Amino acid sequence: METGHDIRDAIARRDRSAEEVTRAALDAIGRVEPSLRAYITLLPERAMAKAREVDAKIAKGEAIGKLAGVPTAVKDLFCLKDALTTCGSKILANFKPPFSSTVVQRLDAADAVIVGKTNMDEFAMGSSCENSAFFPTHNPYDLEGVPGGSSGGSASTVGARSVPLAVGTDTGGSIREPASFCNIVGVKPTYGRVSRYGMIAFASSLDQAGPMTADVRDAADLLGAIAGFDPMDSTSVDVPVPDYGAGLRDDLKGVRIGIVRDFEESIAVDPKMAKLYKDAYEDLAKLGATFVDVTLPHAKYGLATYYLIAPAECSSNLARYDGTRYGVRKDGDADVYAMFDKTRTAGFGDEVKRRIILGTYALCSGYYDAYYVRAQKVRTLMKNDFDAAFAACDVIACPAVSCPPFELGAKSDPVAMYLMDYFTIPMSLAGIPAMSVPGGFVDGLPVGLQICAPAFEEARMLAVAHAYEQATRHADKLQPVVS
Amino acid sequence: MADVPIDIAYISRLARISLTGEESSRFSGQFVRLFDFIRELQALDVSGVHATAQVIPLSNVMREDELKPCLTQDEALANAPAREGPFFKAPRILE
Repeated sequence: METGHDIRDAIARRDRSAEEVTRAALDAIGRVEPSLRAYITLLPERAMAKAREVDAKIAKGEAIGKLAGVPTAVKDLFCLKDALTTCGSKILANFKPPFSSTVVQRLDAADAVIVGKTNMDEFAMGSSCENSAFFPTHNPYDLEGVPGGSSGGSASTVGARSVPLAVGTDTGGSIREPASFCNIVGVKPTYGRVSRYGMIAFASSLDQAGPMTADVRDAADLLGAIAGFDPMDSTSVDVPVPDYGAGLRDDLKGVRIGIVRDFEESIAVDPKMAKLYKDAYEDLAKLGATFVDVTLPHAKYGLATYYLIAPAECSSNLARYDGTRYGVRKDGDADVYAMFDKTRTAGFGDEVKRRIILGTYALCSGYYDAYYVRAQKVRTLMKNDFDAAFAACDVIACPAVSCPPFELGAKSDPVAMYLMDYFTIPMSLAGIPAMSVPGGFVDGLPVGLQICAPAFEEARMLAVAHAYEQATRHADKLQPVVS
Repeated sequence: MADVPIDIAYISRLARISLTGEESSRFSGQFVRLFDFIRELQALDVSGVHATAQVIPLSNVMREDELKPCLTQDEALANAPAREGPFFKAPRILE
C-alpha cells in the first residue's frame, strides 16, 4: 500500500511529480467511484493547479510543506471557498462558502493536494453513511456493506487506497468507527486540539476534526499539519504541537496499558470479537507492554448522556437553517414562519429531524434540569473515571466497535444504530484523544483496535499505535475488492 | 413508565419542523425506546457534581478590539436565497 509519506518523499526526491501523482489519484478515484460513491464533489481543477504549484516550488528549489503533493480528501462539512459544501444535506445542496475552514487553510499551507469533498451522514449524524441526503457510500472491502459513519466517504476512499489521506470529524465515534470498518487509521484528537473554524457544527462541545489515513505515520504527519491554536475558534487551546512523527516507536517496553474491565464484559457476548481483541492485547504484550485493569463505571451511561447532550446542541446549532441567509429556501412568498417551517421540513432528513426534536425537548423549560443538566453532570463523572484510570496506566486499549461492517440497510432501527457507538462515546464526552488502528478481521472483514490517552497526549497514543501497526500489519493483509 | 413523555406536536412546532402523522407515530415509538436508556440517568446520584458544559477549562476568551479583514457585503450575501440590493430578502414580518 502506498502511504502519504512515501508519496511525499518520492516527490521531494523528484522521483515523481506532484502532477503525475495527482492525475493517478484522480484516475483511481474515477475507476472506483461508480462502485463506492465516496465523494459528493470532486475538485480536479483545483487539485491539478495545486499539484503544479508544488512542482513549481520544487523546480525553483523552494521549501515544500510536510504533505507536499499528497492527494487528500476532506469531509463535506469543511468549508472550502467557492466549492460546494453540503454537509450531506439537501438544505445546503447549493451552498458555496465565501471562506475556507482553518483545516482546509492548513492543508493548503502544508501543500497537500485536496482532490474532493467526501460523502457523510447528514450533518454528521449517523454510524453508517446511509443518512446522506444524496446517496449511501459503500465499503471498499464489501460493496454490500456500509463504510461506517459519519465520515464514511473519507474512510471509504482511503480504504480503497485511492488517496492515502483524508480528514473526517468525530462527535461520538464518527472517525474511529468508519476507520475500523475500512481497515484504516482514524484519529480523534483532544477536543480543542484542531480548530473548528469553518467546520459545519453538529454538537459543538464534542465535534473534533482528525486524520483518516493509510498508516499511523500518515496520521501523525496529517495531525501535525492541522493541529494547533487558532484565534478564530474560541474553543481552540493554545498548547504546543509536538512533532508527532518523531515520537513514533517500534516497541512498547515500559508502557502500561489499561484494559477496561467493563468493556471486556460487553464484548464477551460475541466470541469472535472477543477473540480478536484478546489476540490484539497479546500482540501488545509481545511488544513489551504491561497491563493494568481499569474501570470506567459510568461508561454504561454514555449512550444516554450523549443522546441528550448531542441532540440538545444540534437543535441549537441547526436553528440557523431557516432559508434566510444561505441554503435552499422553500416557499419564499409565505409568511416568515411558514417559510422557516417549509424550508426545514423539506430540507432535513429523518435522522436530523429526530435529533432536533429530541434536543428541543431536552432544552425545554421544565425538562432542562431533569435531562440536559443531569447529563452534563454525568459527563463530569465520566471524565473523572478517565482521570482515575489514567492515574494507573499510560494509555487504554479497548474495542473500537462491537461488530464488523454490516450490510447496507441492515440496521433500520435508529436505536440499534445508536448502540454502535458504545465503545467510542465515553472518550468523546471526556474530550480525550482516541484512535482506531487496524486490529484484524472477523468473517473476513476489518475491525479496529481503539487506543486512547489523556488529554493532549496524542503523541503517546500514536507511538503505541505505531508499534502495534508495525508488528501486525493488518492493513496489508486484506485487499479492497475495488481498486 | 411505558409511554414517551414528549408532546411531539408541541415540540416540533417549537423546532419549526412539520411532521406527518406517520412520522409522528414512528418517532414516538423510537423515543419510547430511547427514553429507556435516558431514564437510566435518573438512578444516578449526581448531588454535589458540577455540570461539564465543555471539557476544556477555557473561559472568557478575549482578543483586542481591533479592526480585522472581514467578508465583503457581496460575499456575505452570495448565498442568500433572495436578496434586494445590500439586504437579505425575506417575507414581511410586520404589517
